[in-house]
Formats: sequence, C-alpha cells, structure tokens
Amino acid sequence: MSEASLFIEAPPEGGKSRRGFVLRTVRQQPAALAGALFLFAMTVTAILAPWIAPYPLHEQVGPVFGHPSWQHLLGLDDGGIDMITLLIWGLRISLVVGFAATFVSMVIGGAVGVVAGYFGGGIDTVLMRITDYFLVIPDVPLMIVVAAIWGPSLFHIIIVIGILLWTSTARVIRAQVKSVRERVYVKRARALGAGHTRIVVRHVLPQVAPLLVASTVLTIAVAIFDETALAFLGLSDPSTISLGKIIENAFERAAISTGAWWAIVPPGVLVAALILACSLVGGALEDALNPRLRVAHLSARSFRLRRPLVGRGSDAL
Amino acid sequence: MRGTDYVLKRVGFAIVTVFVAVTINFVLFRLAPGSAVTNLSRVPHATQQLRHALEVQFGLDKSKWQQYVLYLKQLAHGNLGISYANQQPVSTNLRIALINTLPMVTLGTAFAIVFGTFTGVIAAWRRGTKTEGLTVGTALGFYAMPTQWLGLMLIIIFAGVLPTGGMTNEFLLDPPFWTHVKDLASHIFLPALTLGLVLYGEYTLIVRSAMLETLGEDYILTARAKGLKPRTIVRTHALRNALLPITTLIALSLGYIVAGAILIEIVFSWPGIGRAVFQAVQERDYPMLQGAFLVLTLSVIFFNLVADLLYFRLDPRITE
Repeated sequence: MSEASLFIEAPPEGGKSRRGFVLRTVRQQPAALAGALFLFAMTVTAILAPWIAPYPLHEQVGPVFGHPSWQHLLGLDDGGIDMITLLIWGLRISLVVGFAATFVSMVIGGAVGVVAGYFGGGIDTVLMRITDYFLVIPDVPLMIVVAAIWGPSLFHIIIVIGILLWTSTARVIRAQVKSVRERVYVKRARALGAGHTRIVVRHVLPQVAPLLVASTVLTIAVAIFDETALAFLGLSDPSTISLGKIIENAFERAAISTGAWWAIVPPGVLVAALILACSLVGGALEDALNPRLRVAHLSARSFRLRRPLVGRGSDAL
Repeated sequence: MRGTDYVLKRVGFAIVTVFVAVTINFVLFRLAPGSAVTNLSRVPHATQQLRHALEVQFGLDKSKWQQYVLYLKQLAHGNLGISYANQQPVSTNLRIALINTLPMVTLGTAFAIVFGTFTGVIAAWRRGTKTEGLTVGTALGFYAMPTQWLGLMLIIIFAGVLPTGGMTNEFLLDPPFWTHVKDLASHIFLPALTLGLVLYGEYTLIVRSAMLETLGEDYILTARAKGLKPRTIVRTHALRNALLPITTLIALSLGYIVAGAILIEIVFSWPGIGRAVFQAVQERDYPMLQGAFLVLTLSVIFFNLVADLLYFRLDPRITE
C-alpha cells in the first residue's frame, strides 16, 4: 500500500519526460557510456567473427605456445592456434551464452513478476515463495549438479544458467507491476471493461519494459561469469571455444608453468571488461529507471545479496 | 509478541527450505543417467555385501515414494551413501573436506571484511574526489574478474615465492610444530588472498553505498551543524547505522562463499569441499556430488537464517 503510493509520487526529476531523464543520467555517467560503447563494439566483433578473425580457428599456424609477434599479436596457444582468432570466436560463444541464457531468465522472471504483481493474492504468495527458495539455493553448485547430470553441451549450459537467474528480475518487476496496477488509468481501463490480457499488454508491460532492460543487462554479466565457471569445471561442450573454455584450456595445459602468459591473461581481461561494462550500463539504467532506488530509505532496506560473488548490480554501484 | 512471531516465522521458513532442498536433491539425482536401482549401490569394486546393504538402506528395489522416505531416514542418521571414488562413507569424506575449507575461507573473508569496510567508508566520505574514483575503480575491477582467473594471475605473480598448490609440503615428514605452521601459512596465503580480493571488491561497493545512504540522513546534517569532528560523525553516527545492511549482507554472503570457493580450490588444489565437488563431477561420483551439494545448500540456508535473525537483533523495528 505505502509502497504503491511512493512509486506514484516519485516524479521524473526536472519534470521532463522519462526518456530525457534517462539520457541525462547516462550522460552524467561517462563510465556507463563507455561501457555501452564497449559492449556494442564487442557485439559487432562477435557477429563479424567469420570475416574478421585473422586465422582459421582449427588450424595450427605456428609453434606451440609461440611468443607474441607481428604476425600473431597475442601469440599462439597450446595447439599453435592464433590467440586473437581464439578470442574473437570465444567472445562470440560467450556472448551467445550470455544473451540466450539471459533471454530465458527474462522470459521466466518477467512472466513470474508480471503474473505475481498483477494478480496478487494467492498466486502472488505462491510465486514469491518459489522465488524465495530459488534465491536461497546456491546457483553455482546447482548449475554444476544439473550440468553434470545432463552432460556437457552448449544448449544445456544456456538452459541451466537461464533457469537459475530469473529470481531478481521477478522481484524487481513484481514490485513495479504492483504499483502500475494501482494507477488511475489502469483502473479506468478496467472500468471500461478491458480484460486482463489487454491491460497487461497495453498498460503494464510498456511501463515495466525499461526496467526489464536494465535487469537484462545486469543478468548478462552474471551469465557470462557463470559460463566461465562451468567451462572451468569442464562442463561446457569440449568442442566449442568460449572465453571460459580458453581459460580452462590454458590452465589444464600448463600455460602458466610454460610461461605463456599471453594464453591466459587476455581471455580473463576480456571477461572482466565485459562484466564491468554490463555492470556499469545496467547499474546506470537501473539508477535511472527504478524509482525504489531514488527513495533513500527503501533502497537501504531492500539490500539483499542476489548471488554468489557476482551480480550485485546497481545497489552496489 | 511480534518479535517472537518474526523469529518463529524465519526459523519455520528455514526448516521448510531445508526440506525443499533435500527434496530437490533427491529428485535431481534420481534423474541421473543409469538406473536408479543400480545407481547408489554401483560403488566400483564393492563387495556383494556392501552393495546389498546399500540396496536395503535406500530401498533401491522399492517404489520412488518409499525410496524418498528411506532417503530422508538415512539422511537423518547422517548416511549419505558410499563414495564411488574411494569407497568411504560420503559423510566422512565431506567432514574432512569441510574442515580443510573452513580456515582458508575464514581468512579470506576476514581480509575482505576489514579492508572492504575501510575503503568503503573512505570512498563514501570522500565522495566525488579522486580517492573515491580510485577505490571504486579498484573494487569494480576485482568484482568483475573471473575468480579462477584472478587465482591464476596470483600464481603467475607469486610463482617461485610461495607454494601455489596443495595444503602442505608433502616432503616434510613429521615436521616440528612451528615448521608445520609456517608451511600451512605459506600454502593458505594465495587461495585466501584470491577469495579475499574477490570479496573485497564486493564488500567495498556494498559498504560505500550503505554509507552513502546514511550520510544523506538528517541526523548527519545535525551532527555536522553541531560542529562535530568528521571522524566522530563517521564512526559514531554514520557507520553505526550503516552497519545494519552491511552485517546482513556479510552474513548472507558467508553461505555463498563456501560455494564460491569451488573455483579457488580447483586452481590451488586445495583439498576442500569445492574440490570435492569438482572431483565428484569429473569421476561421475554421484553420491559424493549429492552429499556435497546438500552441505553447500544447507550452509547457505543456515547463514540466511543467521542474517535474518541478526537483522532483527540490530533493528527490532523489522517485524514483517
């Protein structure tokens, strides 16, 4: 009740449109802008991988663990494969896992959040209870167990990550839907005889969509991180090269004791940069869009650790 | 008493969650490849008697429902089955692993709490300065690095200076006490530091935003207007109130740390519970994996409960 009224009364600062507000917030955070540009550049690189990768992916083009040189700027890996080529293709798979797993979790989280928030009552209680349980059970071990039982495959990794990352999205969306539901125009639409489907599609979804986007960007970071963890445990498809797989290969095949730092430093830097960029962008978006974060007392109370070691999005930024 | 209500509710939730976790554990592993009848008793090189004993204990020839009831019963007696890998009871294996994990994890967490709180407070107090940019930047960097990769980087940096794998030097036979302690300390340093640095990033960010919340409150303005020293304001006015979310978060993260240690233990060959999970995955040692997963889940549930109760203790206004 008090939750709802607070949301309604939090006006966009400066009285301008919400889009203007978003733009201004992003402009005030150059780091977020840089993050967005980096993500864009990486996505383009990943899409263009077949055309811009300098060497073939499965072919030995030089000595094993060859040093960086002008032909191979980042050297060669344990199979004599060009590192830059590996990184570009690895980026492609990691982003595919990140986006696809996030898509799965957005569909589940969005649906649970909208249904729980819109219908309230018993449905809400049951769905939120289920969310609570998922929140408590540690993600990474559960992913390991499921992936170990299912067997290693890219598809399994995507599904496993996707079905475990939706909880925070569901919570954020539910809170927002609850407030939208109480707004006057929704009540009027209902009085005019609009059905549930129409109200949800026409009035509720457009209001929560921006928040869903912010949540998406934050989830991508977690999905990419989880992929490197699963790959490191040998639970990803042995034949697909992801960034996590490159790190695992380098570790398994003693890149460190060989002194081949170029086989292990760049993939980790790339993963860290991706996660950093997603956190910055997602955090800035959520700051701009989530009214709860603008009400000081509420945001302090709603502090909750979302997942192990990663995934602290905007609350932490 | 609303307070008692709250405590009872949280304890009740924890108990139900344990039950849900146990059930998920049962269901997951009954879907494992290989027939359920042979799965739990499929201990390699096991004698006919052991195999038979396991079949009877877990009712592997009975219906799924009876198996579930028997599973709960055996669990209550601490029987988690026999590990495929070394034919020892899973519970014994897990106890040894857990004892190895705890000191490493405790050290790393202590490091993160001390330094994370310190830099978090500084970052909040010096808001908008270069100091803040530097500390937040560093924290974000550590927070974004893949855990296993950070460990590998530390190995590269410290190779030759510190041991990078295992828990003790196996060539030291029956060493005198102090040599043994020194040996352990040198082995624990890198894994604990890795965990500490990853958590340090996260804790700094948490403490900073909690401090920023409290620094914006009216009573801080009042304290400033009274002309109190900045030190006093930070210590007795801001930090005390910011401790509320900080304590909860740290208690919550403790449960996850055990899980997060999986990657670190693999990198440093630390014979703890995380490495047990890894080896169980590699060897398809399902009873061991099931047991380890249960222990990890229970620890998260336990610390969640601790966090809830702590929160209530610190802020009795919370009763919902």
